[in-house]
Amino acid sequence: MENIKLHYDVIKDDFSCAGEASGKIKKTLKGLGLDSALVRNVAIAVYEGEINMVIHAEGGCIDAEISPDTITVVLKDVGPGIKDVQLAMQEGYSTAPENVRALGFGAGMGLPNIKKYSDEMNIETEVGVGTTITLKFNI
Amino acid sequence: MKIRELVSVIDGEIVYGKDFVENEVFSACGSDMMSDVLAFVKEQAVMLTGLVNPQVVRTAEMMDMKCIVFVRGKRPDMSMIDLAEERDIVLVCTKLEMFTACGKLYENGLRGASGK
Repeated sequence: MENIKLHYDVIKDDFSCAGEASGKIKKTLKGLGLDSALVRNVAIAVYEGEINMVIHAEGGCIDAEISPDTITVVLKDVGPGIKDVQLAMQEGYSTAPENVRALGFGAGMGLPNIKKYSDEMNIETEVGVGTTITLKFNI
Repeated sequence: MKIRELVSVIDGEIVYGKDFVENEVFSACGSDMMSDVLAFVKEQAVMLTGLVNPQVVRTAEMMDMKCIVFVRGKRPDMSMIDLAEERDIVLVCTKLEMFTACGKLYENGLRGASGK
């Protein structure tokens, strides 16, 4: 089977569409007949990442590649970057503004949830430039 | 617990999904923070929330949830109903407060769950 590649753009502050990309990736994985728990883990991790991009970044893109044994998702944004990754990984730590909290996010669970639901997580970030999160899920 | 029974226990009104009332929900969570909901995983769950925006439906979608209950008389708008319709998620409204709605469901046998 040839690897399946998916690409989606994520737009800054577009809360009404936040989750579109994650939903489409989930639908594709479901259509491939993959285990429902795995599909859910991918969907949740990517959704948290997508929400983070909408909240914190100036926009970005999500690329997913599905091979017979791995799902790799790269979430790349242009934005402020993460000043202290270790701190950002702590449950409950959040820099989200009040309007984002009113929407039900900014509980400081985004990055911890992404780590929890993925098999591998790598964060590359530069303050003032942007953040790239690479996730791997074993099939 | 069947969704039909859940609606009766909390004196709810089905806003969307009358065709799915015979479906079962096996666990529940109650929160206005979607990130907390996303930290909770269980098959065929119901979410109780006082939050009303499209991300509530999208969160339920990612979690494979079958039903959302809006407490304290909150009502979903058309954009949320459309999203729920595309995803076969039942939307229920109740005038009960979160604590009371959760308590009634717990009293009737529904339980919470957490962890990956």
